Amino acid sequence: MTREGIVNAVIALGLLLVPLWALWANEPFTITLATKVAILALAGVGLNLALGLGGLVSLGHAVFFGIGGYAMGILAQHAQTFDPIMEAPFLIEGTKSMPVIWLVAVVSSALAALAIGALSLRTSGVYFIMITLAFGQMFYYFAISWPAYGGEDGLSIYVRNEFPGLNTLNPIEFFGITYVLLLAALFLSARIAASPFGLALTSARQSPQRVETVGLRPFRLRLTVFVISGAITGLAGALFADLNRFVSPTMFSWQMSGEIMIFVILGGVARLFGPVAGAALFILLEHWLGGVSEYWLIWVGALLLAVVLFAPGGLIGLVTRGQK
Amino acid sequence: MSLLLVIEQVLNGLQFGVMLFLMAAGLTLIFGVMGLINLAHGSLYMIGAFAAAAVAGATGSFLLGLISALAAAAAMGAIVELTVIRRLYKRDHLDQVLATFALILIFSEGTRWVFGSFPLYLDVPNWLSGPVTLPGGIEYPAYRLAIIVVGFAVAAGLFWMIGRTRIGIQIRAGETDREMIAALGIDIDRLYTLVFALGAALAGLAGALVGAIQSVQVGMGEPVLILAFVVIVIGGIGSIKGAFIGAILLGLTDTLGRSFLPVLFGTVMDPSAATAVGSALASMLIYILMAAVLIYRPTGLFGRV
Amino acid sequence: MSAPVLQIDGVTKRFGALVASDGVTLDLRPGEIHALIGPNGAGKSTLIAQIAGGLTPDAGRVVLDSADVTALDTAARAQAGLARTFQISALAMEHTVLQNAVLGALGARGGRLALFRSVLDDSELREKAEAALDRVGLSDAAGTVTAALSHGQRRQLEVAVALTLNPKVFLMDEPMAGLGMEGTAAMTTLLDSLRAEAPILLVEHDMDAVFKLADRISVLVAGRIIATGTPDAIRADAGVREAYLGDEAPA
Repeated sequence: MTREGIVNAVIALGLLLVPLWALWANEPFTITLATKVAILALAGVGLNLALGLGGLVSLGHAVFFGIGGYAMGILAQHAQTFDPIMEAPFLIEGTKSMPVIWLVAVVSSALAALAIGALSLRTSGVYFIMITLAFGQMFYYFAISWPAYGGEDGLSIYVRNEFPGLNTLNPIEFFGITYVLLLAALFLSARIAASPFGLALTSARQSPQRVETVGLRPFRLRLTVFVISGAITGLAGALFADLNRFVSPTMFSWQMSGEIMIFVILGGVARLFGPVAGAALFILLEHWLGGVSEYWLIWVGALLLAVVLFAPGGLIGLVTRGQK
Repeated sequence: MSLLLVIEQVLNGLQFGVMLFLMAAGLTLIFGVMGLINLAHGSLYMIGAFAAAAVAGATGSFLLGLISALAAAAAMGAIVELTVIRRLYKRDHLDQVLATFALILIFSEGTRWVFGSFPLYLDVPNWLSGPVTLPGGIEYPAYRLAIIVVGFAVAAGLFWMIGRTRIGIQIRAGETDREMIAALGIDIDRLYTLVFALGAALAGLAGALVGAIQSVQVGMGEPVLILAFVVIVIGGIGSIKGAFIGAILLGLTDTLGRSFLPVLFGTVMDPSAATAVGSALASMLIYILMAAVLIYRPTGLFGRV
Repeated sequence: MSAPVLQIDGVTKRFGALVASDGVTLDLRPGEIHALIGPNGAGKSTLIAQIAGGLTPDAGRVVLDSADVTALDTAARAQAGLARTFQISALAMEHTVLQNAVLGALGARGGRLALFRSVLDDSELREKAEAALDRVGLSDAAGTVTAALSHGQRRQLEVAVALTLNPKVFLMDEPMAGLGMEGTAAMTTLLDSLRAEAPILLVEHDMDAVFKLADRISVLVAGRIIATGTPDAIRADAGVREAYLGDEAPA
């Protein structure tokens, strides 16, 4: 096993054992923290596909996170008020079923990624960064000014949605769902990275000319990974909304996009488990530093600055000392 | 809808536009000369606003506040350039994004630490507080008109500086050929610090001027920063002219869209639906404009291909 | 005489007042190496870009295997059988040598790229890539990260990737550039053997190699072809001597 493989196994096991210990010690809040880590890591795994494999510096991934969140909020809101979403030409009702909500979240965020990607991937470099950031802001302001689903106040959902055969109100069972989805996304990422598509995509990041000269088109490769990436982050958004039983325009904010990127970077870009390590570190910092100082984000900023300037490999890069 | 209202909204749009120009000009200069994307530009805007509000509040002098805003933002810009930014010129855009994002966190929380979470207020000076009567009998707030005048004056000054002065020649040389400025015997480090401080001062000026219309609070800079990005995408990166035209276009589109789209929809829908649809669409209008420019010219209206 | 595989027919490209390609016409016949030479600034790079697909000519046509490809982009021309190598190596530097060759085989196979199968377990791609590496003498370096290759090895890898494309035509941009004497000799032997696979349009500065390898030579000066002919004919051409070769012409 490679050094990174061992680190990955330790991280995966750690994220499983901490909530199990919390269950035994009767610390439900710790289980919730672990669930939050799993969900935010899932969002980061989505971004890491575009950023790590494709080299696409998207500062607008909150769009997909927010769309996933609103997919959950809107469907559950209609279900809890027994008010159908539409009646003509055919009846669409709300739902409290997680699998259905996930499907809607994944499909709608994938469609948004297709549209945003098709426009923004016509450019590259700084333009791409600014454009993804701008589209994120567009969704943010739209969510604020569209009154039907709570506007600035967002939507509250009274009871967590349901998953067949499980009691989602039990923290450890809900954690189990998010953990399994995270592992599935990690497995998917690893497969994509090793696939023909992954080879072409990573080559396009290093030398787009080369990829064209062998008869492949970088634009299509990038658009494809952007859509997959958006869909995974969208799924994470639906779970995040379910964790909080609340969705608001802040899920669309540029800060959210920045935080998702921080998870990826703190852990280590293009490292399979980078986002998991990064999200765990971020939540730990929030929990510990947040208890010490109201202004804990200063220290996150200082840490991020230090990582960028002095430890470009992120956390996993430090632990593995740059080895693969 | 009266003509007076239209003219008033056009003036509001211009005022918004010149503010965006002050932000976008610095960003586009910094990108053009140093190849750096600076997310922390919004923080310099905020620093300008806080400096103006604090000094004007303590001394009672608006002008003193304005001068402090320029000085504080320029000084902070120079400090940041010397300590952090200059390590980033040779890095890729991702590192630049992350490091300047980290600076946002540090500046925002630092400002909250010093000034607290409550907004500050900066009062419009007495001599600009009333309305002025424009030709045609239009009453318009003197302060907003002053912002437009200052904005246009700064724009003219920048064009003059870049087109006619020694520093301008150095800036243009830096934009087209980085090797050349070294060959010309120009001190690159000093030029970079200077350009960064100049961009920071423009952002600080914008923050201070707007601070008297809105409240001065943490987080005020980033929405403006992102709008300035939209301006740059529309105008073309590295182009001051593009930044100016993009900013005015965006200011007018946004302001006119917000005031007239709901009215426009009101002619075909019932009023409450028209307000909802109109204002939601108005909030997206500039981004739709950006998307249209991207389809038509991915490098922006005045960008180099 | 068999029909040409690649025809460049009256290709013209202007940049403002500068005419970079001025009605360039040349062809490439099966089994030949056709060298394109010319002084710096003659418009070789612009011409290559128009043949490979990066630039669209203002006038004229590029015909590959009797199909007009002028309107096609780089990727489509590659799929149509045009294998180009770069003067400055354009390789995926973080990937291994084998991965770069597999990428070529992948592009040549065409169709949808699988998302979930392992690319290195695909024996068809792997065999093709390994055969190409073997052909250029890079088999031993298959597992090496490309960034760690020597300059000469990168040149070889460029050729290997081109080989994986089942090319109908090779378009080679200065494959000898920066190679030492030994490297140039090895590359000359390799190119000599490649013409059996597909004809080569060879853009090259190394006159010894050009005159040793080429069946025909075309001379590009200021965007125009001033002469085309056998190495002997070019050597004897007064116009070429005057415009370009000068005293450098090999005896």
